[in-house]
Amino acid sequence: MPLLDQYIPIIGNNVINELQMLGERLRGKVIRNINSTAVGGGVAEILSRMIPFFKELGIDARWDVIKGDEEFFIVTKKIHNALHGTKSVFTTRDFEVYYETQKRNAGEMDLSGDIVFIHDPQPAGLILEKNKHQNHWLWRCHVDVSNPQLEIWQFLKPMVEQFEAAVFSAPSFAQRLDIRQVLIAPSIDPLSDKNRELSKEEVSNIVTQFSIDPKRPLVTQVSRFDRLKDPVGVIEAYKMAKKRVDCQLLLVGGSAADDPEAVQVLAEAREAAGVDPDIHILELPPTSNIEINALQRASTIILQKSLKEGFGLTVSEALWKAKPVIAGSVGGIPLQITHKYSGILTLSIEGTAYWIKQLLQEPGYAQKLGENGREHVRQNFLLTRHLRDYLLTFLSVGHTEDIIYV
Amino acid sequence: MFVTARLSSPSNSLLMAPPTVVAKEPFHFVTHLNLTELTGKRVRDLYELLEHLRTVPESVIYYHTHHFLEQHQFLSPEPPNDFAYWVTYVLQEERLGERLAAIDTIEFETLGSLRDALIKTIQSHLQSMPSKRVAPEGQELHLMSVRSFILPTPFIVRTLQEFATALRRVSIYSLYHHVFEARLRLHRGNDFTVWFENSLGEKKLADQISQWDPYTQTLEGLRARMHKLIRQRLEELHYASA
Repeated sequence: MPLLDQYIPIIGNNVINELQMLGERLRGKVIRNINSTAVGGGVAEILSRMIPFFKELGIDARWDVIKGDEEFFIVTKKIHNALHGTKSVFTTRDFEVYYETQKRNAGEMDLSGDIVFIHDPQPAGLILEKNKHQNHWLWRCHVDVSNPQLEIWQFLKPMVEQFEAAVFSAPSFAQRLDIRQVLIAPSIDPLSDKNRELSKEEVSNIVTQFSIDPKRPLVTQVSRFDRLKDPVGVIEAYKMAKKRVDCQLLLVGGSAADDPEAVQVLAEAREAAGVDPDIHILELPPTSNIEINALQRASTIILQKSLKEGFGLTVSEALWKAKPVIAGSVGGIPLQITHKYSGILTLSIEGTAYWIKQLLQEPGYAQKLGENGREHVRQNFLLTRHLRDYLLTFLSVGHTEDIIYV
Repeated sequence: MFVTARLSSPSNSLLMAPPTVVAKEPFHFVTHLNLTELTGKRVRDLYELLEHLRTVPESVIYYHTHHFLEQHQFLSPEPPNDFAYWVTYVLQEERLGERLAAIDTIEFETLGSLRDALIKTIQSHLQSMPSKRVAPEGQELHLMSVRSFILPTPFIVRTLQEFATALRRVSIYSLYHHVFEARLRLHRGNDFTVWFENSLGEKKLADQISQWDPYTQTLEGLRARMHKLIRQRLEELHYASA
């Protein structure tokens, strides 16, 4: 796991100095993180990165996992789906199971510390124990709760509003609440295999493995085979652009074998591609981080033509490689791209085709967009900014003023 | 961990001239870090925007008219403020977008007066051209605010020479705080020009910088321009004393 100093060549000394200053103000504080799983999933992944950084900065960071039986996790899965707007039927027993599990865990867990930081809805009910402790409680919501099933939001909201503050990943994911709401966007790690610098040789070796012509423009979309990522729309946009400019198209996704819908979407994409030898459709295993990195670096333009999106961090991954990105203006993508300044936002297949042509024929402008995009990611979407926002959130507890002297 | 700043070894020999004037009060460079907060309020059209502009806290006005300065500080030309950007690119109300982008923020001494100018501009547009345009779903303007954390830096200066050296070394966030945040949010004016005039007696230098519009240049551009002007002043002082 990289130490903070290893990020200095990427983000500069000032940023690390600032993190250390913030760490000094939190030195020795006990920050108790609680979620529902120690491995697997985005929350466990980000905690496994943040906890070592907190400790490196002198913070006494703890990480506990709530315990529950199968029945509890069936209920929380249902809650998760209902928060995403999927219609689910809840019984009185479901709510009893939720409350009983919270109570049992509260009896077994140590909930002391300066800040109790609860992640997601599964352990949110622990807040009902707050009055027994003289400390600050924060709720980190990693889920998009903007369009939930009303019944489940009415169940959760009274609990959420007992926290001192709630933290969301994007403004479009949040709800109106009577407590402070903090925005902490997700981030990419510039030292990970998916994002680290690669030599020209490494890139070239990987590209040639996949029969892509390195001398001709390459338009790429990296995303799973899902209708919401509109792979068929991408192919149509490529075909419209190809009438006027020469280019190849690469669609890279995970293996579709275990997912019946992905199999169908992949088949539709292959059918739309037809026999065009310049359309490459790749299924890569989830461990292919270096390959994805190389393919993005070999691309002339990167697309993320999503029709609906979560945060869409693949956009930041592409921008970090200084590539001009054309993306759907949905979910968290507009936070990452300012239209015509650090990338292009589109709403249609025709718009995507238009901008593919423009950027292929105006390489100077395309390059400027890519450079701007990389700087935007450097300032706003790297892991160190993510860490800084957490530290500031911890420092903000107990304060109501807009300007805090630390 | 910060180390004590060494401010006496600039590369330019002119900056090594002995200090001619020692300030009455030293200048303490501070820096700031921002935490963005959500209000949960979404705006879909110009009428809703107008309604919210009248009632949101000043920190919301401040966020949407200033955050791009830091978040896009590397871009030139910079994107306009959030209101102008959203009105132009989402509502496609380009004429109003242009007028909102052209609001001369440096003319306003309080966020209240800046708020009034935004409201007046939208009102006058709607009176002449009622708008039926609504943001497509998912492209609403989410109103946000900002909480600032002020931190000390090791840079404490007493002369114009020391100031010039420190100016090159502080982060752009420090520059931002002293130029933008101090003036409009803390009502202290531009910290640099106040210090030049009141503590160093450099009124002319202060007046020259006060005339600039810092909103229409990048922070690095502002730093370079200010540094150049101070160097010129140091040269004048050097020749005057020779």
